[in-house]
Amino acid sequence: MQPSLIAEGIGKTFTLHLQGGVRLPVLAGLGFAVRPGECVVLEGPSGVGKSTVLRAIYGSYGVDRGRILIRHDGAMIDLATAAPRQILAVRRRTLGYVSQFLRVVPRVPTVEVVAEPLLATGCAREPALERARSLLARLRLPERLWDVPPATFSGGEQQRVNLARAFVHPYPVLLLDEPTASLDAKNRAIVVELVRERLAEGAAMLAILHDRQARDAIATRMVELAGVDRAT
Amino acid sequence: MSAHDLPLLEVRDLAKSYGGLQALKPTGFELWPGEVLAIVGESGSGKTTLLSCLAGHVPADGGSVRFRLREGTGVDLLQMAEAERRLLARTEFGFVHQNPRDGLRLNISAGGNIGERLMAAGWRHFGRIRGEALAWLDRVEIDRSRIDDLPRGFSGGMQQRLQIARNLVTRPRLVLMDEPTGGLDVSVQARLLDLLRRLVAELDLAVVIVTHDLAVARLLSHRMLVMRQGQVVEQGLTDRVLDDPQHPYSQLLVSSILAA
Repeated sequence: MQPSLIAEGIGKTFTLHLQGGVRLPVLAGLGFAVRPGECVVLEGPSGVGKSTVLRAIYGSYGVDRGRILIRHDGAMIDLATAAPRQILAVRRRTLGYVSQFLRVVPRVPTVEVVAEPLLATGCAREPALERARSLLARLRLPERLWDVPPATFSGGEQQRVNLARAFVHPYPVLLLDEPTASLDAKNRAIVVELVRERLAEGAAMLAILHDRQARDAIATRMVELAGVDRAT
Repeated sequence: MSAHDLPLLEVRDLAKSYGGLQALKPTGFELWPGEVLAIVGESGSGKTTLLSCLAGHVPADGGSVRFRLREGTGVDLLQMAEAERRLLARTEFGFVHQNPRDGLRLNISAGGNIGERLMAAGWRHFGRIRGEALAWLDRVEIDRSRIDDLPRGFSGGMQQRLQIARNLVTRPRLVLMDEPTGGLDVSVQARLLDLLRRLVAELDLAVVIVTHDLAVARLLSHRMLVMRQGQVVEQGLTDRVLDDPQHPYSQLLVSSILAA
């Protein structure tokens, strides 16, 4: 099976102009591939750059070197050099992301927040809302919260909204940043089940997962991130 | 190739000086249908000058602004005769002012404010115009019973929503917005943001929005231009400019936001 996502020699250094141009190397020559059905887990101590890898793939961070190839509409696109419009198209149809933060327009009801990625793909409103409701139900978010904006939700509730947003559309590639961090055992089991279903359908996933039980349940392979020598 | 593969707007070397001051150094960008481009920067950065030149409110000194007509051909807005340009502006463009009182006629009714644009676009049947005005009041969440009221008595948020309805009723393809949430209370801003986002998606609008509020830019825009001293110092995906700014000035701008 051909990989859905390939990172080749990606390098990233932050230059902090406000701190006298201090340079912080974070990634130097990282490479890996993720095939359909695989959930590759990035390993390494805090601060080694695991979240940076996910953000670089999603395009929220630029990279200085290397290629980030993703299979989009049947062709491989290099996200490291793609135009913003291409990256947006990849995000709409191909690449989903469960981040640790929920950033949404204030005062928008949760069910609409969840349906939004589907609406962006051109799905009609009613089926999109229906699908959003069924996912929220599956993730055991109490029904009385569906029409309330998520701003006041607990960490675990917001996390489930984020998960619902990422699973509402069948993204062929998913990035997961600690998707079970704020969940109890029962909710974690549901997320594990959702992830396994998606993997069986051929999704490729790249995850950061400190939660050992979730990791044992879904990881198919580990990639060790070596720290960059900050002294250089 | 579908219409979505071609830019709606292609701006090249657009420039403007006031006396000896280069308010806008030669600037270019492209904009596609369905895309929201935020222009951010401090006062005096040239962002409002850029918007004013695009809108034709002030004449540019040079450059070109190519706009793709519905049938596919491109026209340079800067080279068009004024009358021709006005005709195009009535149907194809919208302009949302920061202060709704600059974009509304306060001495005619809410329905009249919406209907006026339709009449300018050639609508004649009173019943249909009124029906469309009612539909737009619904869309921007203003109670239908207010159709015959003067907007003078509306709250700031309602006036802003009415201005948006007045602009969008003719289904323009390009909308320019100057700090549309600027003068509003935060709670009113949120509602307007939600409304704008929905309308942009539903109507497949292309939007250029000038704002100094980076949170508004993050939630509303796909791409961003950062301006300083009359020129674009950085541009790209909105979240990349905000999360991984490269230019010293962008880094200063982003690091100066107070986290709520």
